[in-house]
Amino acid sequence: MNSNLGARRDFLQQLGALAGAAWFEAQWPAVLGAAQHAHEAAKGNGAEAFEVLTPEQAKQIEAITSQIIPTDELPGAREAGVVYFIDRALKTFASDTRPVYEKGLADVSRIAAELFPGVRNISDATSEQQQQIVAEMMSEVSPRPGARRNAVASAGSEFPRIIWTHTLFGFLLDPEAGANRHYVGWKVIGRDPAHSFSPPFGFYDRDYPGWQANSPETDKR
Amino acid sequence: MMDGKVTYKTSDEVDFVVVGSGAAGGVLAKELSSNGFRVVVLEQGPYLKEPEFSHNELEVMTLHQLTNNPTRQTTTFRKTPKDTARQQNCVLYGRCVGGSTVHFTANFWRFHEIDFIERSKVGEIPGTGFVDWPIRYADLEPYYTKVDWEVGVSGLAGASPFDPPRSKPYPMPPLPVKGSGVIFERATRKLGYHPFPAPMAILSRPRPGRSACMNCGFCLGFGCEFGAKSSSLSAMIPVAEATGRCEIRPNCYVHKIETDKTGRVTGALYFDGKRATHMQKARAVVVCANGAETPRLLLLSASNQFPDGLANASGLVGKYLMLNSAAMAFAVFDEPINDYKGFCVSRIIHDFYELDPAKTGFYGGGGLDARFDWTPIGFASGALGGGLDDRFGWTPIGFASGALPPGTPRWGKEFKQALHHNFTRTLEIFCHGSSLPVETNSFSLDPEVKDAWGLPALRMTYRDHPNDLKMMEWMRDRAMEILDAAGARTKWSGAVEEQEFAVHLLGTCRMGNDPKTSVINPDHRAHDVPNLFLCDGSSLVTSGRGQPTMTIEALAFRAADRITTLAKRGDLSG
Repeated sequence: MNSNLGARRDFLQQLGALAGAAWFEAQWPAVLGAAQHAHEAAKGNGAEAFEVLTPEQAKQIEAITSQIIPTDELPGAREAGVVYFIDRALKTFASDTRPVYEKGLADVSRIAAELFPGVRNISDATSEQQQQIVAEMMSEVSPRPGARRNAVASAGSEFPRIIWTHTLFGFLLDPEAGANRHYVGWKVIGRDPAHSFSPPFGFYDRDYPGWQANSPETDKR
Repeated sequence: MMDGKVTYKTSDEVDFVVVGSGAAGGVLAKELSSNGFRVVVLEQGPYLKEPEFSHNELEVMTLHQLTNNPTRQTTTFRKTPKDTARQQNCVLYGRCVGGSTVHFTANFWRFHEIDFIERSKVGEIPGTGFVDWPIRYADLEPYYTKVDWEVGVSGLAGASPFDPPRSKPYPMPPLPVKGSGVIFERATRKLGYHPFPAPMAILSRPRPGRSACMNCGFCLGFGCEFGAKSSSLSAMIPVAEATGRCEIRPNCYVHKIETDKTGRVTGALYFDGKRATHMQKARAVVVCANGAETPRLLLLSASNQFPDGLANASGLVGKYLMLNSAAMAFAVFDEPINDYKGFCVSRIIHDFYELDPAKTGFYGGGGLDARFDWTPIGFASGALGGGLDDRFGWTPIGFASGALPPGTPRWGKEFKQALHHNFTRTLEIFCHGSSLPVETNSFSLDPEVKDAWGLPALRMTYRDHPNDLKMMEWMRDRAMEILDAAGARTKWSGAVEEQEFAVHLLGTCRMGNDPKTSVINPDHRAHDVPNLFLCDGSSLVTSGRGQPTMTIEALAFRAADRITTLAKRGDLSG
């Protein structure tokens, strides 16, 4: 069974059990609509045209974000459609960071060429090379021993922090924000996309016997 | 009337203008209109209803859907009056109908008897304006009970041996225990402490027009689309509007309280959403704009007659700011706790509520709870020092280390692995504690920086009293002991540091009997202005132990009674 359908069915059952009848009748369509909207948004279609990024910039951004949250046995930034989220961000709430991206990508290309002569930009590099390039890029915000100091930040760019931030947004935000395609970010961290839950919630509250006051023995301790 | 709701003309002299619709404003709107008065509530933020709330962190947190926007409600910060303040996002408050009760955690502890008389018991503390309240717990108890029953609080009476006396049990049972609560309960009991179900302003049973909690997990920072969180929006405003005497007017930024030649207030001057200026006439004004914006409004209302600001003959408007102190400790457990599900807190201890200064070497006390109030993006984003989620980006210790163990790589395979493993297995012990009232800690008007309307920005001056830092270090050490007792393999805590970000906004127009040492009297009436009342976090004389909203609402119910009595006997007339 589709897990989202299951989540909605559970949600419906819990509403019936917990919500007041009047509340249920009045509010249910709106809440269901919001949950449905999120589920629909999560689907994405994977074929959007970029509105701000050029195809070359999109490739470079995908190369960087795929190193920040790589794909392994679990999906990563690529599968979550992070590059599409960033394109939309640059069109909307983060439009003021477009110059930062332009300069930052140029800086990353410079690092790539310095580290690996003949490599024009990060999207042309091998996966191992990309890893080293991103390591240099991130050295300012996440220093590692031996990293070159401020490879990008010394040029006055806020790029590493901003693209890192946008990568997390694109990976983990509620799909309603145009992120986290197919809920892959939440699958990675183990967050159930259901809109409501019932106890027990996890391992530790499974066999809880109920609250009781301290016994005299406990109090002595 | 429109849609069955009353609307007033600005030229209508209503009985009361209430500035702000949050914890206190919502209660006062409901009580005063229920008592037969004509009320206009002026709220600076939008009027969002439950179906409009979402789990979209981008919209809610980053784009400030429910709270002040630091790019428009500009703030500046300095540590001491000798410093020049710099522009900094340093204050968070609710900016929508319902105020901070829309996005708050909903921890609803009563103050204890000691909170009202602590100065007498502990004695003078150098460098502070530590005094007793002019009222006692017994004066407020009936109103705490009103909050329990009318606003809606879940809990278990008698479960804590440290609880103050109460006249009635809670109206509904506690919310279910969470994994964090079970771990915390077992560990604290092992250490001889007294864990108990947290009293929460969240419904465990449905009420008319409101659902019980559905455990969606988007609680702190978000509006409740189920109406289960007992916000003023869900619990008070609908009752106020149903009286047919209360108009809620959103998107109204009150920037001056007008006075006449006799020194009485005549109404409130505000910008509407299109920046047009209006003056709502009223027989009396009740300011419930929060502990930051209430003193700012009084200072903005300076005139020839009140050159230092309205109700400020004492010179204490804005002073004695208290934020409550805080510390956090984290741990990762072997099995999934899944504490992202449900409300924030299910178990707390109050064993440290009233510590003995002779034994500890410091004044104060607090409570500890177990929680995991991190959204996915918040959990991951603290890693680089905050800033993604503004509401916690400046807390002293929270996001500086993030909710990932120190030393965790911030990108790449290991970063992803940490997110994958830890998100469902992390819990946090939050230590909440007292703050001492220090006169130089304050809100004032910045002489240089302006807000988006060209008015002086809110300036915060704050440095924690050394006593409070010492106490929080002590609390944090207890939290780490609890995590040890819980068998946590990986645990860590942040450094206790001086605070530069305010969420609890307390004490800035303190209550007292002496007009020279306080701003309002025990009826919440300004000492200097007979038809001006102030009621919100600014009224508090001491800070309690970290959960002020229950007390703010109890004070509001009491203030409504006092104001009603005064109005009905003609004391508010010119």
